[in-house]
Amino acid sequence: MPGLKEIRKKIGAVKSTRQITKAMKMVAAAKFRRSQGRMFELRPYADKMASVLADLSGSVDKEHPLLQVRPRKKVEVLVFTGDRGLCGAFNTNIMKAATRLIKELSAEGVDVTVSTVGKKGTDLFRRRKANMRMSWTGLSGKITYANAQEIAQNLINNYVNETYDEVVIVYNQFKSPMVQKVTTAKLLPIAELTAEGAESDNSAEKSQAATEFEPSEQAVFETLLPKNIEIQIYRALLESQASEEAARMAAMENATRNAEDLISQLTLQYNKARQAAITKELIDIVGGVEASK
Amino acid sequence: METSKITLEVVAPHGLVVREDVDEVNAIPGSEGEFGVQPGHMNLVTTLKIGVISYKSAGSEKYVFINSGYAEVTASSISILADSAEKAEDIDVERAIAAKQRAEERLKHADNVDFTRAAAALERATARIQIAKR
Repeated sequence: MPGLKEIRKKIGAVKSTRQITKAMKMVAAAKFRRSQGRMFELRPYADKMASVLADLSGSVDKEHPLLQVRPRKKVEVLVFTGDRGLCGAFNTNIMKAATRLIKELSAEGVDVTVSTVGKKGTDLFRRRKANMRMSWTGLSGKITYANAQEIAQNLINNYVNETYDEVVIVYNQFKSPMVQKVTTAKLLPIAELTAEGAESDNSAEKSQAATEFEPSEQAVFETLLPKNIEIQIYRALLESQASEEAARMAAMENATRNAEDLISQLTLQYNKARQAAITKELIDIVGGVEASK
Repeated sequence: METSKITLEVVAPHGLVVREDVDEVNAIPGSEGEFGVQPGHMNLVTTLKIGVISYKSAGSEKYVFINSGYAEVTASSISILADSAEKAEDIDVERAIAAKQRAEERLKHADNVDFTRAAAALERATARIQIAKR
């Protein structure tokens, strides 16, 4: 049985831990709300882009390099993780999924290169001596559209150079504050350009009014294609970020609750020990009195 | 007197910047040259350069900075997708001036790769300063 003093000390320690986890939860909650807001802000832009591309894709020829499907010999896997830990299974889940994917691809005889966003993924794949191509770190909390453009540009250039024949992204899709889904999606080559609902108003509206294109329909389409990639990267960045903060919020919530449980157990133990000590003292006194009679 | 208006909508990845019924749009920096739009314009789709959109709304002239993108014009609406966009009153002039100096500095001793980027940065900074001063 530990002494009173030790128990008291332990209670103090757990209490200060609780304070930290509680504070971290609040910070994560604030960051989460911010990144969720940015995700919603992107929506009108992304929707508009998708519908415009879908409209155009019917009437242009698809010679653009980003649309060319090549035999799949080399595949680039881009993994989105966080820069920091303490967010439950967030990073673990994404890395498990990525590792599985890489294994599957290698089994098919495909050469795999890995690029990562986030320090956690970078560290892991470095340690495992994976075939690393690029890594972007330090973006947590300050993602800008320029970051997405840089990443997209790099991916596109290397795709056109035939460094690889396909790009697959693995990221945490944000479903709700409680649910994140690890998602694998093919980024390049661009396979389909149909936006939901765009198909129907395509034929109805487009045919009635002639539209002029400057410089040309083809040119507009081709400047929009890389932008579409940028948008997808940006969205993955934001979703991953929101998921990370949501996961951290949940993890810290749990930690706080565990700390509280521990505190009440320890308090009970402390009180029992205190009571035992008092009883013992009383017995001593009573015993002494009896003896001196 | 004609009272028809045109809906101007500027969307950037960081959110909706402008959605307003305006009297006319004086200038849009199209990639083939600047153009204006009045209500009843023919359908037009064009790519855009870095520059300034100016429009008239409720009697006053307003300006929006845009960093390249795409515009879709119909008889009653203009929607613009820009890489980034800022209203004149939201522009951080000091930052733009600093960016301009940095870009100029870089242009002086830059190799080819940096040159395009620095030139684009200079163009952006100049456009921003231009609107903020109006």
